[in-house]
Amino acid sequence: MATEEGSGLAIHPMDQFVVKPLFGDGPIQWYTPTNVTLWMAIAVLAVVALLVLSTRRRAIVPSRGQSVAELFYGFIHKMVEDVAGHEALKFFPYIMTLFMFVFLSNMLGLIPMSFTTTSHIAVTVVLALLVFLTVTLVGLYRKGLGFLAMFWVTSAPLALRPVLAVIEVVSYFVRPVSHSVRLGGNLLAGHAVIKVFAGFAGAMGVASVVPIAAIMAMYGLELLVAAVQAYVFTILTCVYLRDAVGDAHH
Amino acid sequence: MATEATAEAGKAVGMPQLDFSTWPNQIFWLLVTLVVIYLVLSKVALPRIGAVLADRKSTITNDLAAAEELKQKAVEAEKAYNDALANARTEAAKIIAAAKAEIQKDLDAATARADAEIAAKTAESEKSIAAIRDGAAAAVAEVARDTAVELVTALGGSADANAVSAAVAARLKG
Repeated sequence: MATEEGSGLAIHPMDQFVVKPLFGDGPIQWYTPTNVTLWMAIAVLAVVALLVLSTRRRAIVPSRGQSVAELFYGFIHKMVEDVAGHEALKFFPYIMTLFMFVFLSNMLGLIPMSFTTTSHIAVTVVLALLVFLTVTLVGLYRKGLGFLAMFWVTSAPLALRPVLAVIEVVSYFVRPVSHSVRLGGNLLAGHAVIKVFAGFAGAMGVASVVPIAAIMAMYGLELLVAAVQAYVFTILTCVYLRDAVGDAHH
Repeated sequence: MATEATAEAGKAVGMPQLDFSTWPNQIFWLLVTLVVIYLVLSKVALPRIGAVLADRKSTITNDLAAAEELKQKAVEAEKAYNDALANARTEAAKIIAAAKAEIQKDLDAATARADAEIAAKTAESEKSIAAIRDGAAAAVAEVARDTAVELVTALGGSADANAVSAAVAARLKG
């Protein structure tokens, strides 16, 4: 992630990720209102606008806004039910929270000059750890030590089972890492690439049509990535949750 | 690794993602955000949308049931109509048959009466024709006799009435 200084080409693709205080220049304490706070608050407002304001008429024949809200509801509800099982529906508000937050943060991050909260490992790690802890605790609570049976692959030959158990345990604990890095890394990379192209566009004169076209293409791709990564994050949450609440079979 | 000083200057050195000094801040605000979104969703948005969807589903189910009922009614009405039509047809056929039979009866009676009258008239006519024929034969004999008497007288003879009568009768037989 080298940034080139001087020689007319001043590309700072990582500047957009800097956490800054909203007011003044003081040190960032845990409670300091920062651009993180601002864009998370905007995400909250977006959730309220999308899911609360649009449905306030509770129409049998929905308006456009209400249709969108119902679409989100139906999409996630079906995903939880299909992937994690009927039992997992009591976690539906929780999973909906994760999805709406990730989806809207990703989308808001695509507004020029905005700050993408989900491009920060701090955020995605916490999201992934919340899922990991939820799955582990719910699994242990509901199944007791039987939850550990998922590491003991009974369908494999007996001799292989200890080896598989080690692999299963390692993969279980790697889950939050892949879960969080997948989301954060995708967004970080996409935004950084757009910024690099934007830097070229500023320095190339007439030929900057090329990087601008590239930015447009990347932007379209990033819209896709924003939606797909929110989807992937949520469906993986459902998959993990199935281990805790569903039957043991994969 | 970015130091606090560079981060504050708005310039990133390395990855701001790995500037752990901002992690407590981000994590704190993330947890606040998640709690707020969770409360908004679980207390307001999701129950409301769920209720709307359930309402719609029940409305559609009711409408479908009502439509099914109306369809059933329409089928029944059609059946009743067809039954009524068939009944009316058989009734009409019956009436037509009865009327035909009655007309036939009247016709037969009238024909019989007419036949009888015709027979009576024929017999009467034959009788009068016979009488006329008899009368005519007698008249012919009389005329022949008278004529014969007149001829005999005219020729200068005296006519014997009995002889003439016998002669005429013989001729008429011949």
